[in-house]
Amino acid sequence: MSAVKRSMVVERLRKDQMVELLSKEKRLDNRGLLDLRNIVIETGVIERASGSAKVQVGNTQVIAGVKIETGEPFPDTPDKGLLVVNAEVLPLASAYAEPGPPDEDAIELARVVDRGVRESKMIDLSKLILIPGRKVHAVFVDVNVLNVDGNLFDATSYATVASIATAKMPKLFVDQNGQIKRTEEIIPLPIKSIPVSVTLARIGDVLLVDPTSEEEAVMDARITLVFDEEDNVCAGQKGQPGTLNFDQVKLAANIAKVKAREVRKIILGGITKDAKG
Amino acid sequence: MVELINEKGLRIDGRGVDELRPLRIEVGVLKNADGSSYIEMGKNKIVAAVYGPKEVHPKHLALPDRSVLRCRYHMAPFSVDVRKPPQPSRREIEISKVIREALEPALILEEYPRTAINIYLEVLQADGGSRCAGITASAVALADAGISMRDMVVACAAGKISGQVVIDLDDTEDKEGDADLPIAIMPNLNQVTLFQLDGIMAPEEFEKAFNMAVSACHQIYEVQREALIDKYFGKGEAGEE
Repeated sequence: MSAVKRSMVVERLRKDQMVELLSKEKRLDNRGLLDLRNIVIETGVIERASGSAKVQVGNTQVIAGVKIETGEPFPDTPDKGLLVVNAEVLPLASAYAEPGPPDEDAIELARVVDRGVRESKMIDLSKLILIPGRKVHAVFVDVNVLNVDGNLFDATSYATVASIATAKMPKLFVDQNGQIKRTEEIIPLPIKSIPVSVTLARIGDVLLVDPTSEEEAVMDARITLVFDEEDNVCAGQKGQPGTLNFDQVKLAANIAKVKAREVRKIILGGITKDAKG
Repeated sequence: MVELINEKGLRIDGRGVDELRPLRIEVGVLKNADGSSYIEMGKNKIVAAVYGPKEVHPKHLALPDRSVLRCRYHMAPFSVDVRKPPQPSRREIEISKVIREALEPALILEEYPRTAINIYLEVLQADGGSRCAGITASAVALADAGISMRDMVVACAAGKISGQVVIDLDDTEDKEGDADLPIAIMPNLNQVTLFQLDGIMAPEEFEKAFNMAVSACHQIYEVQREALIDKYFGKGEAGEE
């Protein structure tokens, strides 16, 4: 089941109330339409992980852990390391989340976050090769959602990005017998870019950023866009069985581009704090 | 790096940047289904079937005020170069979800409370843009099933290859290109029902690609219309009861 309760009677009644409030550019938590909630990013929170990050976006809380292992490359990309992003909404995260394998919402969440990291070329996967075509580094990012209060896409993305950016691994080498050996040297992943995700919701005619669970329960459509440091858009996804008109898509892209610059500073702050120890 | 656009501005298969692949849509290809269609878009070959409105199983999933729309996008193991294991992959689960969400806005589900409408898409051969072709085919199959609709839904991708914005990317262009932007629209209501993007585009390129994808959707919509008119008012079916 979805972690957000939708389409129930109370939510439908609330929608009218919400639409009326939004028409006055007001939100239930007193934010402006384009105001983000407070974002807190803490990195290096799990010692046993190669990299980790705990992210709070308002009351939404997620934790990401990176494990770096070795593996075989995919047959169609023999010259690239592996990146796997997985996300789960834990049963402790919401009254409506249930145990079990990831459902379609969790799969979509993980795949959209993965797309942002992959397409922005955040990790230079071509530098993760040990034996071409046979052995490469495999970067696994697992994100656990601990508390659901809307905008899981952005929270999961920030945690994924912050954990990858601060991940460290022992430097490996291949000896003359073709065996993989580790050295004492600890190195970071080859990071080329920091992607920033921004999600907007459409409720009635209004676009707003960083929706809460209450807002998501009544939203018509959701749109997520991911930007790199040069304001290029590198991933996107519309969600929910609602529509956006052409102008709303372009407006959302413009709003997200500007908001991404604001969030970038917070992410970079969270990453560099870890580097100082 | 593969050269995807030559010095004459033509793509590997000889198309211009704003040219669609050969497109063919057939309506009513499966006798058992309440509605069905077959689409060929480039080398994509996809069958779409609609069953319903019918009873919901399991029963507790039924909704008191509208029909439950379900969608399964599935690729045949032989549809791609390396055999795809038949069980649904994470990619197929995500695509099934976004296709369902792309079609749902066009359907008047409130007309069929306590029922289910199931859409099945089988990709017999994939050639880049199979989700778009799948949406285009599904909308035709839904119309063929007589489901009440506000508008058709039609999908096409735009993207960026060799630094240029193009429409309707094929498999090679999708894999080797820089960006892919599949969208679906309701062509008369001017609403976007599917929007996905992967790959890097500057803001101006994004806007250009989006506009090109929208006009490509309008071209494909004409083919959808013709296919339906052909089945219901055309020569082939005349005299058949």
